[in-house]
Amino acid sequence: MVHQYQLGGYHIVLDTCSGAIHVVDEVAYDVIALYPDHTPDEIAAALMEKYAARPDVTEADLRGCIADVEALKAEGKLFTEDTFEDMAGTFKERSGDVVKALCLHVAHTCNLNCSYCFASQGKYHGDRALMSFEVGKQALDFLIAHSGSRTNLEVDFFGGEPLMNWDVVKQLVAYARTQEQPHHKKFRFTLTTNGMLIDDDVIDFSNREMSNVVLSLDGRKEIHDRLRVDYAGNGSWERIVPKFQKLVAARGGKNYYMRGTFTHANPDFLKDIQCMLDLGFTELSMEPVVCKADDPAALTEADRKIVMEQYEELAGLMLAREKEGKPFTFYHYMLDLTGGPCIYKRISGCGSGTEYMAVTPWGDLYPCHQFVGEERYKLGDVWNGVTAAALREEFRSCNAYARPACADCWAKLYCSGGCAANAYHATGSIRGVYEPGCELFRKRIECAIMMKAAEAAEAEN
Amino acid sequence: MERIKTLETRNLCESAKNGGCGECQTSCQSACKTSCGVANQKCESAEK
Repeated sequence: MVHQYQLGGYHIVLDTCSGAIHVVDEVAYDVIALYPDHTPDEIAAALMEKYAARPDVTEADLRGCIADVEALKAEGKLFTEDTFEDMAGTFKERSGDVVKALCLHVAHTCNLNCSYCFASQGKYHGDRALMSFEVGKQALDFLIAHSGSRTNLEVDFFGGEPLMNWDVVKQLVAYARTQEQPHHKKFRFTLTTNGMLIDDDVIDFSNREMSNVVLSLDGRKEIHDRLRVDYAGNGSWERIVPKFQKLVAARGGKNYYMRGTFTHANPDFLKDIQCMLDLGFTELSMEPVVCKADDPAALTEADRKIVMEQYEELAGLMLAREKEGKPFTFYHYMLDLTGGPCIYKRISGCGSGTEYMAVTPWGDLYPCHQFVGEERYKLGDVWNGVTAAALREEFRSCNAYARPACADCWAKLYCSGGCAANAYHATGSIRGVYEPGCELFRKRIECAIMMKAAEAAEAEN
Repeated sequence: MERIKTLETRNLCESAKNGGCGECQTSCQSACKTSCGVANQKCESAEK
């Protein structure tokens, strides 16, 4: 499939099935658009007429451009046929029942009371609870036992607020480390925290043991404090920002992300990005809120228009800062064109319910953190493993080709069919599509690729 | 090619031949947790 778009002064052509990206001028852009349904003579005639006032556009030149397009097609870099559908389920079939990543809900409780929290203030519509060491240890044993030949195992300490169960987190990390050598595994831990309980011990331990730390900050104080409040209704910004700054300063270059959520209150989220930059943070992620359409925090259609413009401005800001020697990272614009994921990763879906599961404080397994609390989506538990085999098969069959709505979407090899939980919450089916999220996703990918075009042009000059 | 510049990218069709080791990071095990994507993951087969 070919996708053409113009952004930031660039004419960009994606050959989605080969992964090739072409940066072209407007003449080649038109040639490529006409090529599938027109003969070379028709293309030459049409474009000679369109560019009659352009002395640089001659018939010979147009014929040369058409020949270039044909050459790229012959090389498998343009108009590449989509032959991946039959492969889409094979990776998960081949992987069997391998599990390689767990989201451990070590605390179904929180010391903040954020109204937009998809986990309903950490309780996931259930009781408050902390995971015991025994349950966590069993979860790690379950992961090791079901990880097959995978070396890299990922464990995210999540909640609620995981620092409310910090001693168990530390014990679980210590236990996992003792299991790495005997089982030939490598654990990568992530801590996701609201920052309220960060102290020197948390900083030292996290910077030693956590491969990644995700720090929740919505940006501007007035935005953050609207929703991220404690149970007395007081904002948390003043209390957490210095702690985050101290943790990041001590992190020594290891991975971290400032992770914010934007809502109806701040579709102009670039101001929040700017705030994070001003605070000295450079690894940033801002996510559109996930909630019901009638929630006051939900993004409206008008908001989404603003967000789309903000994404473009964000790309511009990133390019400008790069030139100034002050680069920063935006999680969704990270693209490694030469070292990115293989086709299996791109077509196999997100892995929820198969290689990735969430574990509740009492040891129940769910397809992912966003399904916790949905009783019908309980997969099993860490003692008996997956007992809802049909449910696991339902998730196994989710891939980039599983959703009819994705059939004609150019971005499906970038999102792999999108988020099953968002689809479920929006449509009642994990095979549905959360279109507002898709619209924003496509924009982010267009921006990220435009940045690559700009960087290539800059390098050439 | 005068009017077309092609960026260097990984050939996805070629990656079908030796891809699928499964060592790369699970999509949601990262910074997002709410909006899945796979394009920004890193291939880890060489590090296996």
